[in-house]
Amino acid sequence: MPDISGNGTPRIGVYVCHCGTNIAGVVDVKAVAEYAAKLHGVVVSREYKYMCSDPGQELIQQDIRDHRLDRIIVASCSPLLHEHTFRHATAQGGLNPYFFQMVNIRENVSWVNQDKQAATEKAKALVRAAVYRVGFHKALQRKQVPINPKVLVVGGGIAGIHAALTLANAGKKVYLVEREPTIGGHMAMFDKTFPTLDCAACILTPKMSAVKTHPNITLWTYSEVAQVDGYVGNFKVKIRRKPRYIHEELCVGCMECVTACIYKDGRFPDEFNQGLSKRKPVYIPFPQATPQLVLFDPDTCIQLKSGKCKQSCVEACDRKAIDFKQVAEMEEIEVGTVVLATGFQPFDATRVPYYGYGIYPNVYTALEVERLINASGPTGGDVVLRDGRTPKAVGIIHCVGSRDEKTNRWCSRVCCMYSLKLAHLVKEHTDAKLYNFYIDMRTPGKSYEEFYDKLLKEGVHFIRGRVAEVTNWARTPEEEGKLVVRVEDTLVGTVRRIPLDMVILAVGLEPRADAQEVRRLFNISCSTEGFFLERHPKLAPVNTFTDGIFIAGACQGPRDIPDAVAQAGAAAAEALALIDIGHVELEPNTAYIVEEDCSGCKSCIPLCPYSAITFSEEKKKAAINEALCKGCGTCVAACPSGSIRQNLFEDEQIFCEIDGLLSELAQIS
Amino acid sequence: MFKRTTGGDFARPVPRIPGPKDIRRHIAYESELDPTFGERIARKAYGEKLFSCIQCGTCSGTCPVSHYMDYTPRKIIAMIREGFRDEVLHCVTIWLCASCYACTVDCPREIKITDVMYALKQEAMSQGVYPSRFSIPVLAREFFRGVERGGRSNELPIMLRFFMKTNPLRMLQNAPVAWRLWRTGRLSLRREQTQQRDTIRTLLRAAKAEEEKAP
Amino acid sequence: MSYWYYPGCSLKSNGGPYEESLLAVFRELDTPLWELDDWNCCGATSYMSIDEAQAFSLAARNLALAEQASRQSPEKGTPQLVAPCSACFLVLTKTQRYVKQHQDLARQVHTGLRAIGLDYQGAVQVRHPLDVFVNDIGIPRIRKAMKRSLDGLKVACYYGCQVVRPFATFDSAHNPTSMDRLVEALDAKPIPWPLKTRCCGGTLTGTIRDVGLRLSQILLKDAAQRGAEVVITVCPLCQFNLECYQQEIARTFRDTPRLPVLYLTQLMGKAFGIPDAALGMRRLFVSPEPAFARHQGGQPVHA
Repeated sequence: MPDISGNGTPRIGVYVCHCGTNIAGVVDVKAVAEYAAKLHGVVVSREYKYMCSDPGQELIQQDIRDHRLDRIIVASCSPLLHEHTFRHATAQGGLNPYFFQMVNIRENVSWVNQDKQAATEKAKALVRAAVYRVGFHKALQRKQVPINPKVLVVGGGIAGIHAALTLANAGKKVYLVEREPTIGGHMAMFDKTFPTLDCAACILTPKMSAVKTHPNITLWTYSEVAQVDGYVGNFKVKIRRKPRYIHEELCVGCMECVTACIYKDGRFPDEFNQGLSKRKPVYIPFPQATPQLVLFDPDTCIQLKSGKCKQSCVEACDRKAIDFKQVAEMEEIEVGTVVLATGFQPFDATRVPYYGYGIYPNVYTALEVERLINASGPTGGDVVLRDGRTPKAVGIIHCVGSRDEKTNRWCSRVCCMYSLKLAHLVKEHTDAKLYNFYIDMRTPGKSYEEFYDKLLKEGVHFIRGRVAEVTNWARTPEEEGKLVVRVEDTLVGTVRRIPLDMVILAVGLEPRADAQEVRRLFNISCSTEGFFLERHPKLAPVNTFTDGIFIAGACQGPRDIPDAVAQAGAAAAEALALIDIGHVELEPNTAYIVEEDCSGCKSCIPLCPYSAITFSEEKKKAAINEALCKGCGTCVAACPSGSIRQNLFEDEQIFCEIDGLLSELAQIS
Repeated sequence: MFKRTTGGDFARPVPRIPGPKDIRRHIAYESELDPTFGERIARKAYGEKLFSCIQCGTCSGTCPVSHYMDYTPRKIIAMIREGFRDEVLHCVTIWLCASCYACTVDCPREIKITDVMYALKQEAMSQGVYPSRFSIPVLAREFFRGVERGGRSNELPIMLRFFMKTNPLRMLQNAPVAWRLWRTGRLSLRREQTQQRDTIRTLLRAAKAEEEKAP
Repeated sequence: MSYWYYPGCSLKSNGGPYEESLLAVFRELDTPLWELDDWNCCGATSYMSIDEAQAFSLAARNLALAEQASRQSPEKGTPQLVAPCSACFLVLTKTQRYVKQHQDLARQVHTGLRAIGLDYQGAVQVRHPLDVFVNDIGIPRIRKAMKRSLDGLKVACYYGCQVVRPFATFDSAHNPTSMDRLVEALDAKPIPWPLKTRCCGGTLTGTIRDVGLRLSQILLKDAAQRGAEVVITVCPLCQFNLECYQQEIARTFRDTPRLPVLYLTQLMGKAFGIPDAALGMRRLFVSPEPAFARHQGGQPVHA
C-alpha cells in the first residue's frame, strides 16, 4: 500500500454529498466539487445525491481502481454517522481505511447556516483543509483485543435477574452483584403487578431461585462494586463483600438465631416493610429472600456494637454458622462486559410537606401501602391505619414528585398504573370509597387502557384535579377527625372538598442517590435528570458511551416491569454479541511515544484519565498501553518534548488542516 | 352577586328548575377569539410560562376564594391561551383575587398566576371594563389618586370617597368599626404626606412616559 | 446592628399598636430603628392593579431613599430596610427582584427615579421584623430579654400570605416555623395550625364583604377549635380583619369565637415586661387580659 506521508503528491478523490436537500438546499455542492477539483493533489472530484448509499460507496471503490487514488475525502454528514461506512468503502476499494478523511458539511455547515453563500464558502474551506491534511495520513491497523466471555451484572432487581439468566442460559459465566442482602429489588416488595394483577412474588421467586441454582451464575449479595479498571473485553473489577457475620456455607436460613435473639420483639425499623414494622438486629429481609441467609446489622446488634452480649443466637445455632469476627472481603474478578441494572429510588415524600407525610399519621406512600396489602407484610394483608382503624374513604394523589418544576420535572410513567392498581386492591381489601386525584391518566402499555376501564367500572372516583394540600382542617361535621383534600374537579367544573381517612401518595421514580458515584465508577454519563445516559435514545437505548458497559431497567429512566425485562434482554443480547464475536476492534486513534525523544520526565503519567501510561524503569521512558488508550490527546498536548504523538492527529496533519482553513481567509469574509 | 344559600352555611345552592327561556346557545367561533390575547397577557405578566400550563387545577384547589369565582384560575389560564378575551375581562375572578400568592407558590409549572391576575386587572381597568360602581376598581383609583397627591395613603378620606362613589349606605354599615377605631385611637385624622408636594406625581408621570415609549 | 425602618401607611393609622410595640421591643433589644425620612406609600395592591411601571417606581423610591440614607449616615447601619407590614414587605421585595430581573421595568423605574433626583442601585436589603428577630438578633437573646414568662399561653401563630409568599426569603412558604419558635422561646405554646398561612381576605373585607369576612371567620373558628387563646400576627391588615371586624363576622356567621388578636411584638413586649400603654394594648378591640390572667404562673425570669 503506498504510504505517501508527505513525500510525493497524493492522488485524492473528493466526494461532495447532497444528502438530498439537507446539504444541497443550502450549500452549492456543485461549486464545492468544482472548487475541490482545482486543488493540488485532487484527481477526482464529484458531487452525488447520497454518498452513503450503495451506489455512492461503489463510486468510491470504482474510482480508486480506475484512477489509482490513494486518498479519499467525503464531504457529507457527521463522522459519528458514516465515517465507518466510508472507511469500509475505502477498504473495499483496496486502500487502507485510514487514508480516508471525512468532512462534515451538514451538521457543521448546512444545518447551522441560512446564508447560502457563506455556507458554500465555509464548505469549500473545510474541504480544502481536508485536502491539505489527507496527504499526511498514515496507514493504520485496527487492533484486535479478545473479549473475556464473563459478564458482570450489577443489581439484582428484575432487570438484573433477567439479564443474568439470559446470559447464563446462553452458556456464559455471570457474576450477579447485589447491594442488598437479597435479590428481588423493588418488585419483591410489590403485592400484585399491573395490569394482570399477577402476584409479584409468585412470578419473581421462580426467577430468583433459578438465579440461585444456576451453575453459571455466581450470586454475591450484600456486596458492592468498589473499583473498575480496564476497557471493553477486559475489565478488572474489585467487589467488596460486606460481612453478614455468618458463614454462608453453613447457614441454612432456619432462623433459630432470630427467635433466640435477646431482643424479644423487633425494635428497629424494618427496611423491607418501609419502616411499618420492626425487626431484630439479626434478620432475614423477607421470607423468600434469596439467598436464604440471615444477617446481623452492625448498627443495632449489641454484640457487634459493644462486644457484651449473651449471644443466645450462637447457642441456638446448631451449625455454628455465626461468626462475629467476620470482616469485609474484597473479591477481584475479570469480566469482558458489564450490565448495570441498579434500579431507582422512590421519591422522598418528606420533600413535599404540604401533603402531610410525616405530619399526619394516616398519610402513606404507595410503597408503604404495597406492604400493607401484601399478605406477608406488617399487617398480614389488612389495610389498617396506624391507629388500627380500617379506612372508609381513601384518596390516592397522583404525580407526587413528578411533573413538578420544584421537585422532578419528568413523568414517572408507572404511577398512574400503580395508582389504579392500588385503588383496586385497597377497595378489594376494605370496600372503602376510593378517590384518585390525577392530572392526566397515563396508561400507554399493553392492556393498560383495559385496566383503566376496569377501574372505572368498579366505581372508583376519578377526580381530575391536582391536590394542593392535605390538612385536617374541618369545615363541616362530616369532615371532623378526617384528612381533608380541597381540589378543583376540572371535569365537572367545581371546587370540591373530600374528607378522607387515608391518603396515599403516588410517589414518582428518581435516580438513586448515589447514581453519580456509580456512574463514575464505570465511566459512563448521566443525563441532566440524573438517570444513566444511553448512547442514543431511540437507536441504542441499552448501550452507553463506554463500550462494553450496558444499562438496563429503571436506572436508565422510569419504566414498568415489562419494559425493564425487555431492556434487560436487550442488554444481555448486546453483551452476547460482543462475547460471541470474541474480540473487539480498537480504533487506532491512540497516542504513541517516540522513544528516542522521550526524556523520562513522567509528566504524562498522572495526566492519563485511563491510566494507560506506565514508566519503564529499565528504559527510563514512558510507555503507552495501546489497548487502554482512548485517544483523548491529553498526554499528547502535555508532553514538553513533543515525543508523544497521536495517530490520526499528527502534528503535520493538524497544521495542514489549519493552513487549509485559513489560507483563503480573505475570500470568506 | 352572591346567592343566599339555603340550609345554613354549608349547603350548595339548589339550582332553579329550568324553563324554555333557560335554553341558550353557547358556541365559540374562531373568528370571535383574540389570538394575540395570550401573548399580550404573557408579556405583561412576565409570564411566557403561561403557555406551559398543564391544566392540573392546583391553583384552583389552593385558591381560598376559587369557590366564589365564575371561572377558576385554571380556567382563566386556559381561556387566556385560547383568546377568550371578552369572557376573561368581564368575569368576577380577577376582582376576587386577593393576591395571596398561594397559586403562584403551588403551581408545578411555576407560572406566576397572581401576576397574570394583576395584568388582567390592569387590562380591565385601562379598558374601563367593569360596572361603574364596582368597589375594587373604584377603591384602587381612589387609593391611586390619594397617594399620587400626598405621597402617603390616608385611610379616612380615601374610604369616604370610596363609599360615596360606590354605595353611600356602606358608610352606615361600617360606622360601628369606624367608631371603635376612633375610640381606640386607631383612626388617624392627621394628614400623612411626603414633604414635597409634587415629588410623587413627577415620579409617576416620568415612569409612565417611559413605559409608553415602548420598545 | 441597626436598621432603617419603613413604617408604611397602616402603621401610622389602624396599625398604631404595631408601631408602638415594634419600637418598644426593638428598643428593649438594643437594636436601633431609624425611620426612613420622607418615605412614601408602597402602593400595595391598588397600584399594582392599575399600572406596573408606576407601582414599582412608587415602591422603588423608598428603596432609593434607604440607599441614600445609608450612604449619608453610614453610622446608622447598612442598607437594611425593615418593613413590618407584610404587604409593604412583599411590594418592596417584589420591586427589588423584578427590577433586577426585567430590563424594561428597570428602565422605567430608573427613569422615574432620575426625574426626582434619586438613584437606585439594588444595594438595599428588605427585611421583615420576624426575620430580624429570629435570624439576626437570635432567639437566645430574645429569651434572655424575657422578664415575664408566658407560662404555656396557647398561641395561634398567624403568618398570613405575604410574609412567606411568594418570596420565602427567611422561612418556608408552606410550613413556616420562625414565629412558632420565637413564641416557644417565650414559654408560650404555639398550636400546630395548618391554616397559619391561609389568606385572611386582605382588602376583600372592605370591598366584597361577605367573602372577606368568611375567610377571616374560618381562621378564627379553626384557631379556637384547636385551643388557641390568642392569635398573633405580623401584618396590620390581617390584624384588622381578624380583630376589628370580629363583631361584624360574628353577626354574619353564627359560630364565630371571640379571640384576642395581637401583634407579635405586643406579645413579645408583654413577655419583656414592657408596660401595656407602651405596647398599645388598650387599643385592641378584644382584650387579651383574661388570657394573660390565666397564665400568671410565670415568675419573673432572671437573665
